Amino acid sequence: MRQLAITVNGEVRTADVEDRTLLVEFLREGLGLTGTHVGCDTTQCGACTVIMDGQAVKSCTVLAVMAEGAEVRTIEGLADGDRLHPLQDAFSRHHALQCGFCTPGMIMASLDVIERHGADLDAQTVRHELEGNLCRCTGYHNIVKAVLDAAGRGSPR
Amino acid sequence: MSVSKPLPHDAARLHVTGAARYVDDIPTPARCLHLAFGLSQVAAGRIKSIDLEAVRHAPGVVGVWEANDLPSDCDCSPSAHDEPMLSGKTIHYFGQPVFLVAATSYLAARKAVKAAEILFETRDAILTIDDALAAESRFEDGPRVWSKGDAGEAIDTAPHRIEGEIEMGGQEHFYLEGQTALAIPQEGGDILVHASTQHPTEIQHKVAHALHLPMHGVRVETRRMGGGFGGKESQGNALAIACAVVAAKTGRPAKMRYDRDDDFMITGKRHDFRIAYRAGFDAEGRVLGVEFVQYARCGWAQDLSLPVADRAMLHADNAYHLPAIRIESHRLRTNTQSATAFRGFGGPQGMLGIERVMDHVAHHLGTDPLAVRRANYYAAAQDVDAGGGPAPRSAQPNAPRDISGPKKDADSTTRGASPTVSQMPGAPQPDRVRAPQHQTTPYGQAVTDFILHAMTDRLERDADYTKRRETIAAWNAQSPVLKRGIALTPVKFGISFTLTHLNQAGALVHVYQDGSIAMNHGGTEMGQGLFQKVAQVAASRFGLSPEAIRITATDTAKVPNTSATAASSGSDLNGMAVKAACDTIRDRMAEHLARLYQTEPGTVRFADGHVHVGDAVLSFGEAATLCYEGRVSLSSTGFYKTPGLQWDRIKGRGRPFFYFAYGAACTEVVVDSLTGEYRILRADILHDCGTSLNPALDIGQIEGGYVQGVGWVTTEELVWDSEGRLRTHAPSTYKIPACSDRPDVFHVALWDGANREDTIYRSKAVGEPPFMLGISALMALSDAISAHGSRYPDLHAPATPERVLSAIQRVRDGD
Ligand code: FES
Ligand code: FES
Repeated sequence: MRQLAITVNGEVRTADVEDRTLLVEFLREGLGLTGTHVGCDTTQCGACTVIMDGQAVKSCTVLAVMAEGAEVRTIEGLADGDRLHPLQDAFSRHHALQCGFCTPGMIMASLDVIERHGADLDAQTVRHELEGNLCRCTGYHNIVKAVLDAAGRGSPR
Repeated sequence: MSVSKPLPHDAARLHVTGAARYVDDIPTPARCLHLAFGLSQVAAGRIKSIDLEAVRHAPGVVGVWEANDLPSDCDCSPSAHDEPMLSGKTIHYFGQPVFLVAATSYLAARKAVKAAEILFETRDAILTIDDALAAESRFEDGPRVWSKGDAGEAIDTAPHRIEGEIEMGGQEHFYLEGQTALAIPQEGGDILVHASTQHPTEIQHKVAHALHLPMHGVRVETRRMGGGFGGKESQGNALAIACAVVAAKTGRPAKMRYDRDDDFMITGKRHDFRIAYRAGFDAEGRVLGVEFVQYARCGWAQDLSLPVADRAMLHADNAYHLPAIRIESHRLRTNTQSATAFRGFGGPQGMLGIERVMDHVAHHLGTDPLAVRRANYYAAAQDVDAGGGPAPRSAQPNAPRDISGPKKDADSTTRGASPTVSQMPGAPQPDRVRAPQHQTTPYGQAVTDFILHAMTDRLERDADYTKRRETIAAWNAQSPVLKRGIALTPVKFGISFTLTHLNQAGALVHVYQDGSIAMNHGGTEMGQGLFQKVAQVAASRFGLSPEAIRITATDTAKVPNTSATAASSGSDLNGMAVKAACDTIRDRMAEHLARLYQTEPGTVRFADGHVHVGDAVLSFGEAATLCYEGRVSLSSTGFYKTPGLQWDRIKGRGRPFFYFAYGAACTEVVVDSLTGEYRILRADILHDCGTSLNPALDIGQIEGGYVQGVGWVTTEELVWDSEGRLRTHAPSTYKIPACSDRPDVFHVALWDGANREDTIYRSKAVGEPPFMLGISALMALSDAISAHGSRYPDLHAPATPERVLSAIQRVRDGD
């Protein structure tokens, strides 16, 4: 057990964790931030994606201690009070979700994609970049639309 | 009116902010225990010795249970009472739960399980269809056979004949949210269960049985699932029972979540099938007679296999009028996970059989498969009375006795239940007007609503099928390595539970004195948008916007005796039940207000958030307050049962379906003949949702269904090794479609036309039918492979690159 301080959604949060505690456990069980989901436990579905120091990571494969001192952003930290982030708004408007289980990870991964590609973002790139985030419900069409819309690139349909 | 509007999912805002709660997100109650199963490491045999001392002493462990430590057999079966939660000495499959551990944390429970020392005595496992046939290992006492006309004779005397066989693999549901349950002990020995389930009543029944409680001692609540697809119709029973047993034994809350690998190893999947066929046809490809032998690999327990295999038989015609047909169905018992419900429920397998025949016939004649399909379509719907004709009731030779009869503690709310008296042969038949001009299905139901001719014409035009087919042929002629292929295939899917008595639903609606409304019904939300659709119905009845309606979690304490949210029936049944409840309240309000304002109740209108009574216009809230003060009951239940159904599953005769839902898809692929790899270049879909309750949600179901269907026939391969161990038990080895697999061009349109039957706002069910649009991808691959030679590709599903490569080889080596 050791005490850990991680900045989560702009606030320094501390908790006692074991060395082997995963970041996703720290977030879900330690802080009650259950918007970050666990879909596979093995780095393959992307449901647990969060942003750590500006990069999308799968929090089921990051030890909490590795995030010591880092800035972590989760789905709960995206909206500005009542105002949804453009990605959140686009996912909602474009019906880019059904059961919603993949949605938080999908949005966090998309945030990273948009940040890295900026104006160069096209449908092909979104599809390629989101390969590590599985969705079993939507067939991805509306997800791609939502990401492009949020990035200001219009819809491919 | 709020119906027919493309409103977002009711919980969209909760989902995008991470606030939507799944079972695992419910704040863990104090002192909660976490559970894990210890699994069998052999497929068949007996436990020689079992030593769980180390498990008991592992850190954090609070309790360990084997089968004989449980309060009962803790049966998990939705049908034949043949699934004890823990194996006991006899092992039926690799991954079967043998013991249960409760510990203070999820990790502690999972680690403790590994400390078990179990010696197994193995026997030869029955793993494949051939193993099962050789060992006569099956459910029911023989194959089920339905027929119409003399298929053998028709085939033998037909100008042309083909025969062949298609294998189709199973499919893992891969709901993103794994199976999860949480049980919390209540006062007086009662239990509250939160479960990720499509069938709360089933969980309630099984938990009550396990703990020897009456059903009123168990309350089950389901707010939402992170995907279900049929995988949460019966497969969550074990977790809920385990949690309830531990909660009852220890007095502490208990939670269980399968980790993804365990979920793959323990739970059932789609049935894999082999279908052998023989068909006779004329020069136009019109099928004169066809015979199918369907072999379903059902796994170790009966689960829902009988109705699944029935539905495969019921869809052996798909969209085609087959004058003579014989369908023989074998339900085989194997030492593998117990195959279960999965979107389409056997329909996809049956349909793939006849689609394969159409493809093969066209190849034999060298014609366009679409022409053959059209030549075989049922006659177009006439503008006649839409009521279904009565069932011709010819006796069935050699129909095996139904031995699936009522078992002890039979749960009649599951699809595995036995037919009730009203559904048995000889029961009184509802009177119906005969419509003799309609063609009938192999099981005798008149097809009165067939719209695929017009739909196919439109899709052919919109997708530019004919021209693209020519272009592709020309392109293929000068492209030695890459070959393209195209196919347009139809879907006709029967809507209703085939166990007639399940076609009922209840609802509970409260109007509060401020005019806000709480609505509850027996359906569960798994992402399909059911809650939003039903809320739109309720809002429309009261002339309000959907925000005025609070949709509450499915709860067995509010609406009892519900059917599973399955068979695509969610909005059809629950929408009607909610409408009935709303109308009861509305009528009471109208009567009271009319009396107050001295006018006729019939003239009271609920519209635009207001109630118009004579010349007065009240806000809905004011109207509710007035009614409350006038001592009017503002709460009502609602009930609905689908009319006109009658079905004899032993004879295979009757009207099992209220109506059919239709669709068609055109898919184009390109195949690399050096590697067998391929891409979907374009997909065009036209689908029939009747008058859509919510076009945005319906289109979502269609897109998602198509992609999932494509996954089934292309990349999703389940592999068991020779020991019966499932080798593809994680997304690393089991490949569901990813974002990059999506077709480059993807057009989805809704067919505009009302349901001929009187369904909720004349809409049609949409959950399962689009899944089978994915079959067009397999047929397009077959088309592309055909470009390599003259032999028929005989492509099996899933058509993985390996299979495609060997099919190319076959076609090239052929004549
Ligand atoms: S849970 Fe982390 S990638 Fe699936
Ligand atoms: S919306 Fe269900 S997994 Fe993506």
